[in-house]
Amino acid sequence: MSSEPAASGGLRPRPLSPHLQIYRRQLTSVLSILHRASGIALSAGALLLVWWLIAAAAGPESYATFSAATGSILGRVLLFGWTLSFFYHLANGIRHLWWDTGRGLDLPSVYRSGYAVLGFTVVASLAAWILGYWMRGA
Amino acid sequence: MAELRLPENSRVTEGKTFPAPAGAKDVVRFKVYRWDPEGEGNPHLDTFEIDRAECGPMVLDALIKIKNEVDSTLAFRRSCREGICGSCAMNIDGVNTLACTKFIDEVKGDVRIYPLPHMPVVKDLVPDLSQIWAQYASIEPWLKSETPPPERERVQSPEERARLDGLWECILCFCCTTSCPSYWWNGERYLGPAVLLQAYRWIADSRDEATGERLDQLEDPFRLYRCHTIMNCTRTCPKGLNPAKAIAEIKKLMVARR
Repeated sequence: MSSEPAASGGLRPRPLSPHLQIYRRQLTSVLSILHRASGIALSAGALLLVWWLIAAAAGPESYATFSAATGSILGRVLLFGWTLSFFYHLANGIRHLWWDTGRGLDLPSVYRSGYAVLGFTVVASLAAWILGYWMRGA
Repeated sequence: MAELRLPENSRVTEGKTFPAPAGAKDVVRFKVYRWDPEGEGNPHLDTFEIDRAECGPMVLDALIKIKNEVDSTLAFRRSCREGICGSCAMNIDGVNTLACTKFIDEVKGDVRIYPLPHMPVVKDLVPDLSQIWAQYASIEPWLKSETPPPERERVQSPEERARLDGLWECILCFCCTTSCPSYWWNGERYLGPAVLLQAYRWIADSRDEATGERLDQLEDPFRLYRCHTIMNCTRTCPKGLNPAKAIAEIKKLMVARR
């Protein structure tokens, strides 16, 4: 609107000032975009879950294909990423619900809960995988 | 839809360097966004080398020194130089703040100065804020009442008055609004943190009798609910206020009145 020549007094169109390019990355905005990214990752991961169920229902052969794919190095990396996304989205979702009650919105609390969410994500993901390997006995 | 890249005519290029005077010992480099509506080409980043020993402590002091002694064509807004007028709001070292209350020594390395983000630029560090001011007018920021005025002032209890603390101090510098990614992508329809904090300032006022009407105005997927609690607003406010909290209180009132 105001970038039209008319709005700039008949002179050349106004440029848009830099935004994402220059704004400092800080915990507030980074955790916010991670919440979205992890949500998208979880949606993609849900397809994997569907594959698992279908493979289990379709018989030993297709289940073996599924196991081979998810058991490969790439499969495990993706699964670990999905685990991280899951615990991050869960914890940060609870953080959002807490905020929706009007609490924990002062800056020190925001930073404390932010770091707590990150810590929980790492610890819970590692714990889930250690537990998984331990139960598998390998 | 979020347009992450800058338009073709807005991409910033490297500009000129104005070296420090001979004999300067403590040189600080200021990289300043420049764009002249009467000039040519894209916006560029000029480098001004300033002798820290010959300059006041604040970023605004450096800008004024540059304008007085190095390049008088540099354009920026300033008035009170004590953090109460809100004129010198700009992006310094990646964060929006007031140039007059930002210490030069707080910045590590070169001091990068840009206009408030994602705004049309009038010249150099002067952004066109007319959209935000129009949005401010749209929330009707004045006391509205049906009851006839009393003999003297409309009284408030100390508790009622205390509810306005943290709201009345806002100086409308719009550091918060222009730090908000949600406002960057949806600024034409989302009111942004500063204007919503102001909306809450009138909703929270015990003397105002238009609360329902004000909430009706905000009940909209964009005007209010584009706030996703990113919290950049609270992080950047040079007055230490909490727009995110004010917005959360409005959202709570929306639910409570159902």
